[in-house]
Amino acid sequence: MSTVYILWLRQIKKYFRSRSRIVGALGQPLLFLVAFGFGFGSIFQRAGGGDYIQFLAPGIIMMSVLFTAVFSGIDLIWDRQFGFLKETMVAPVSRLEIMIGKTLGGATVAAFQGLLVFVLTLFVGFRPYNLLMLPVAVLFIFLVAILFTSLGIAVASKLEDMQGFQLIMNFLVMPIFFLSGAIFPLEGLPKAMEIITNLDPLTYGIDGLRHSLINTGKFGLATDLVVIGSITAVLLVIGSYFFERIQA
Amino acid sequence: MGINQDSSDIIVVSALVKKFKAFTAVDNISFEVKRGEIFAFLGPNGAGKTTTISMLTTLLQPTSGNITLNGSNPVQDKDGVRKSFGIVFQDPSLDDDMTALENMQYHAILYKVPKDIRDKRIEELLRFVELWDRKKDMVKTFSGGMKRRLEVARGLLHHPRILFLDEPTLGLDPQTRNHIWNYIKDINKKENMTVFFTTHYMDEAERVADRIAIIDHGKIISIGTPGDLKNQTKTNSLEEAFLAITGNVIREEEASGVDQLRAMGRMWRRKR
Ligand SMILES: Nc1ncnc2c1ncn2[C@@H]1O[C@H](COP(=O)(O)OP(=O)(O)OP(=O)(O)O)[C@@H](O)[C@H]1O
Ligand SMILES: [Mg+2]
Repeated sequence: MSTVYILWLRQIKKYFRSRSRIVGALGQPLLFLVAFGFGFGSIFQRAGGGDYIQFLAPGIIMMSVLFTAVFSGIDLIWDRQFGFLKETMVAPVSRLEIMIGKTLGGATVAAFQGLLVFVLTLFVGFRPYNLLMLPVAVLFIFLVAILFTSLGIAVASKLEDMQGFQLIMNFLVMPIFFLSGAIFPLEGLPKAMEIITNLDPLTYGIDGLRHSLINTGKFGLATDLVVIGSITAVLLVIGSYFFERIQA
Repeated sequence: MGINQDSSDIIVVSALVKKFKAFTAVDNISFEVKRGEIFAFLGPNGAGKTTTISMLTTLLQPTSGNITLNGSNPVQDKDGVRKSFGIVFQDPSLDDDMTALENMQYHAILYKVPKDIRDKRIEELLRFVELWDRKKDMVKTFSGGMKRRLEVARGLLHHPRILFLDEPTLGLDPQTRNHIWNYIKDINKKENMTVFFTTHYMDEAERVADRIAIIDHGKIISIGTPGDLKNQTKTNSLEEAFLAITGNVIREEEASGVDQLRAMGRMWRRKR
């Protein structure tokens, strides 16, 4: 238990010490909110979609959760490159505990970043329909954070160095974001596109967040929860499996 | 393996091999280290010292062979082995973005050092390596030597039964080297802590080690007390003994490939 705690604490401390990074990471969501929100707002409204900022905000919140979570997981590569991973790996603690501590630490950071973006969306006019649903929103944010932190760790366990990073960014993280329904509605998509979005785990995270924040969505809260929960479980297992086989 | 051997030998290695693809980095080595002994691996770059330590410390899976460390097997009972040792790696292994104190606390918690003695122990060690005044500073602001000292302090934090030191004094000034070795020798005596270290420095091996294994090309060429090695080669210094021993090997093995002569070998030849 103390192992999980100290690994978690390390992630948290490092996050809050890099204030410039926290603020810097708010730039992109803000840009997206302004550019997409105000850029497409009128078209969206004319097409009968309603207020686009209301629709977009949950997507952008999850975007920053996705990015922060994957990066916190991939952080592992730095630990390996700077040798610190060895210190952890020779310690007499179970690999599962290390994996859980690291995942929870990264997920806490990502969820916090998501909440910061949530506050940001309030400034550009986003209004959740019912504040009593906020705990459900936080739950979804945290689950999605865990999911993508373990994905980041799984990927990092297989990468030798930062060389593959650009590849991960362009062929994994960006597609997960853009093909998730973060910026467009899932209704009336071409068949192929619908299948792709349905395969994207982030789709369910955003759908769940829309249910809890603006009371609309496609799949329903229960479905979203079950899908996100099971994918998270699977990724945790895969992540632990790869992690245990790291030869530092 | 008799009960007798079990109790006096804290490390038993037999027929240990590590291959990286076709390349054999550790080539069928066997040796024992006695409980409470200071044991040195002496050899040139690329000899296989770090690779051996990595296998002993559960970081690397041996290709074949057998290891027993404080009664446990690093392949089957990783946690048992991990509880027994502390290690100072050849390459840096600190978190640069944490303070000296935080690096120590992280270690103390991973190794379950009881809370009531944790702070006292950390202070004692940080004072010893003269970093107590800098405890709240980020490690990235430390010099190479300061980082090394912190790593030594950290390796000792949980009172390990065996301390592995992979070229521990590389980059340290002579005064600090002496200071650290004196301290380690002191703990070695007081707590009967076994020390396994690697080095390129013959004077260091000769001065500090009870026994030395000379390793080259992944093979142990000779093993014994500094006195044994000198007698065996009828030389007066370990330096000459080393040359006599490895020089022979180079001649036998590489008669065909002059290009493979090691930089170290060349250096000694020039010295003579
Ligand atoms: N992961 C690896 N993959 C391939 N070859 C490796 C790997 N690790 C080590 N080697 C090779 O194994 C040999 C032994 O390396 P090792 O690091 O054990 O040497 P060493 O005795 O510690 O040398 P040094 O004094 O330079 O630290 C070297 O030839 C090295 O290139
Ligand atoms: Mg080495």
